[in-house]
Amino acid sequence: MMAESRVRGLSVGDEIPPFERVTGFANWNRFAAVNDEFVPIHMDDGAGRKAGYPTAIGMGNLQWAFLHNVLREWMGDDGRIEEIACQFRAPNTKDQTVTARGRIEAIRLDGDRVLVDLTVWTEMDGTDLAPGTATVSLPAPAAES
Amino acid sequence: MPDAPATTYISAAMAAAVGTELSRQVSFPIAESDIRKWAIAVYYPDPPPRLFWDSDFAATTSHGGLVAPEDFNPFAWMAASPGGVHGPTSNDPQNTEKILGVEPPPVAFQLNGGISVTYGDRMRPGDVVTSVSRLGGYRERTGRLGLMLFTTLETTWTNQHDAVVRRTEGTVIRY
Repeated sequence: MMAESRVRGLSVGDEIPPFERVTGFANWNRFAAVNDEFVPIHMDDGAGRKAGYPTAIGMGNLQWAFLHNVLREWMGDDGRIEEIACQFRAPNTKDQTVTARGRIEAIRLDGDRVLVDLTVWTEMDGTDLAPGTATVSLPAPAAES
Repeated sequence: MPDAPATTYISAAMAAAVGTELSRQVSFPIAESDIRKWAIAVYYPDPPPRLFWDSDFAATTSHGGLVAPEDFNPFAWMAASPGGVHGPTSNDPQNTEKILGVEPPPVAFQLNGGISVTYGDRMRPGDVVTSVSRLGGYRERTGRLGLMLFTTLETTWTNQHDAVVRRTEGTVIRY
């Protein structure tokens, strides 16, 4: 496996395009319906305030999905998420913008695939919500004739 | 006189239980509509990628057909085995040891310590997924909340071809 600093126009240190959503009940209710996650703290501002937050809060599982989305939007359909991990440090509150981001940390050629290691995270108002890491694979560039 | 702080949460019985199977589920066959709705929900308000809902388009891709988003959960609402609609998720911080049949540690709070996943085969319409969760291990650390117990749960999903779909390591922090 060969380490590379630049492959397919990618460079270590590059940030991938962000994935941004303003989240609230419109997102959370839809996600609750598909993941059977009807929990009061995600559905009711009173429950959120009782837990110490100013409003209801979003699901960690939806932040997990946003981390997948930011990678998929960047890679396209031929990309593959090999590994991904995160910690849930803070929740997002209602009607705030959540942004999922990624930064390339390493690039490796592995046969007909390019492996890219990234730092990924979601943030709200400059605060990291779910920091993590990911490794994706992309088709290697065709050999130049 | 107040009880002395715990010096360890990990009993011999708990340590001996590492590796024990905690749960096993088998999904219903994944439906195209399950995939479509999941994708709509996680990409809302924008339409999701066509790979997740347009069969004709998906057939032209390297996947050869519709696939589910990697984060898709085929066990939401109900599993084929064990049967019945899922009840509320337990928030009992001692639930793991109760399932194992061992004396639980004297913990009162739990936090989600994070998740780590390795993906295998993509999930496709018609797939039946089996999930097996095991107790991965215990470790402890003293922090600002006092003695904290880190419990690792290891879950493996396989499809009807016995191919691995995903391996998950989840960490729960209890104190």
